[in-house]
This record gives sequence, C-alpha cells and structure tokens, in this order.
Amino acid sequence: MTCTDFLSQLTDYFDGQIDPALLAEVQAHICECHHCEVVLDTTRQTIAIYREHEIYEFPTELRERLHAAIMTKCRGAS
Amino acid sequence: MPAIQSPATDEIHPDVALVERAKQGDTAAFEKLVRQYERQIFRVAQHITQNREDAEDITQDAFLKAYEKLDQFQGNSKFSTWLVRIAVNESLMRLRKRKTGKTVSMDEDVQTEDGSIPRDFAEWRPNPEQLYGQHELGDILRKTIQGLPPGFRTVFTLRDVENLSTEETAEALGLSVPAVKSRLLRARLQLRERLTRYFRQKNGVPKP
Repeated sequence: MTCTDFLSQLTDYFDGQIDPALLAEVQAHICECHHCEVVLDTTRQTIAIYREHEIYEFPTELRERLHAAIMTKCRGAS
Repeated sequence: MPAIQSPATDEIHPDVALVERAKQGDTAAFEKLVRQYERQIFRVAQHITQNREDAEDITQDAFLKAYEKLDQFQGNSKFSTWLVRIAVNESLMRLRKRKTGKTVSMDEDVQTEDGSIPRDFAEWRPNPEQLYGQHELGDILRKTIQGLPPGFRTVFTLRDVENLSTEETAEALGLSVPAVKSRLLRARLQLRERLTRYFRQKNGVPKP
C-alpha cells in the first residue's frame, strides 16, 4: 500500500467501514510509515478536538431571545 | 422452546409524533421541536457563515420556513436532517449575498487539491489541551475552521461537529455519498495541516 492509497482509505477507516482485507493493509502500512502514522493520529485528534469543544457560545440570554423570536414568527404565520 | 422475540428494529423516532401534532396546528408541539434543535441549527449556521448575527437570522428563518413547509415533510428522513438541510441552504444563500459576485456553493473548491496533501508530519506533543488554555484553544479552532473553503467547512461541520452520518450529511447537502466522503477527507486533512502549525512538537515556544 502506498501513502496515497492509505489516504484514500482514511475516511472509511475512521467510519469503521473499511473492508477487512484493506484494514490489514492500512495497519501494516502505518507500522512501516511514520508519516502516515502521524497523519492518522493528528487527523483523529483534529476530529476529536472539534467534536469536544463548543467553539461558539450559545448563552442562555441569546437562546431565550431567539426562541421567543422564532415562536412569535411561527404563531404569526399560523 | 419459547419463541425469541426480536426487538423492533425500526423504532419510531419521538419527533414523528411531534411533527404530526404540529401539522395539525399544535404550536406547543412545534415549540418542543424548536427547543430541541435551536442550539444545533444556530451552531450549524454559525459554522457555515462565521457570523453570529447571520446565524441568529438564519436560525429564525430556518424554523419559520420549516413551520410553513411542514406539510412537505414526508418523513422519509429524520426531521432533524430535514431541518439542517433548510438551515444549510439559508446559510449558503447568506454567504452568497455577502460575497456578491463570488460563487458559494457545495460544488466550489472541489477542483483544487491545494492544502489537502499532508506536508507537515510533526507530532502533536504535548497535546493541545496541555499546550493552550481553553480561551486560546477556542480562538485557534475558530480561526482554523474559518480558513476552510465554505463547501469543506459545511461537510466537516455536519459530519464531524454535529455527528450526522455520511448518508445524513449527503441528504442534508444534496450530495452523493462519495462526494461527501471526498470533501470530508480534504476538509479533515486541511484542518489537520493548519492545526499542526499550532500544535506541532517543538522545543521551546510553539510556532503559530
């Protein structure tokens, strides 16, 4: 497996949808290619860090104001 | 031997009953749906537009549109996916208005491979949370996702931030599953590359 082949399998690998035969090849490739091992690890961390951090605040005041505005509009439309 | 009953595989989502009641004019039922998804819709809109005021307007417009078009919701998909699709369309429309003369669509930026080929192979050590405080980390994450082309940013937001499945993401964006996968790969790799500038292992002060 080349590094390009490895990259093309990355999405299916993360989604757990990779074909078992290919999975073995991916794992073998990571063992012998440090660059791809780093790409795999740091891409995994990229996904995790965005999933775990709420990067935009949604304070209660804003939420209540928005909620009220939405319901006023919807009631007006019905 | 007693028959083993298999559990129902297609459980009805609780939203279905709320949507049915809302269709009959029950605004309290619709209000429950608003409560349930307002945070998600606001977050999606803010991720795509990168603008809080736009995100506020889009959240209101998306729910109003959903309310007015409730009869068109057939229940073939989840209500939340349908709602996200409305919010994504509103958000992309808003971006188009802002950038007059510049196209903003799910099809742009797909021709270029720039930034999607890994070039920086530094490890992230110590891990980002050890390296930066919450506030600074938030700034880095916002700045970095802001630099992604809108089409990639949108796919990444739905799939990785909102945790929609690949199929749901495809449905919400009107794209094929392979198209979502291809954009998602590039979005993840571009973000990884850009974040490595901040998080790379280095002796001394990390270089921004």
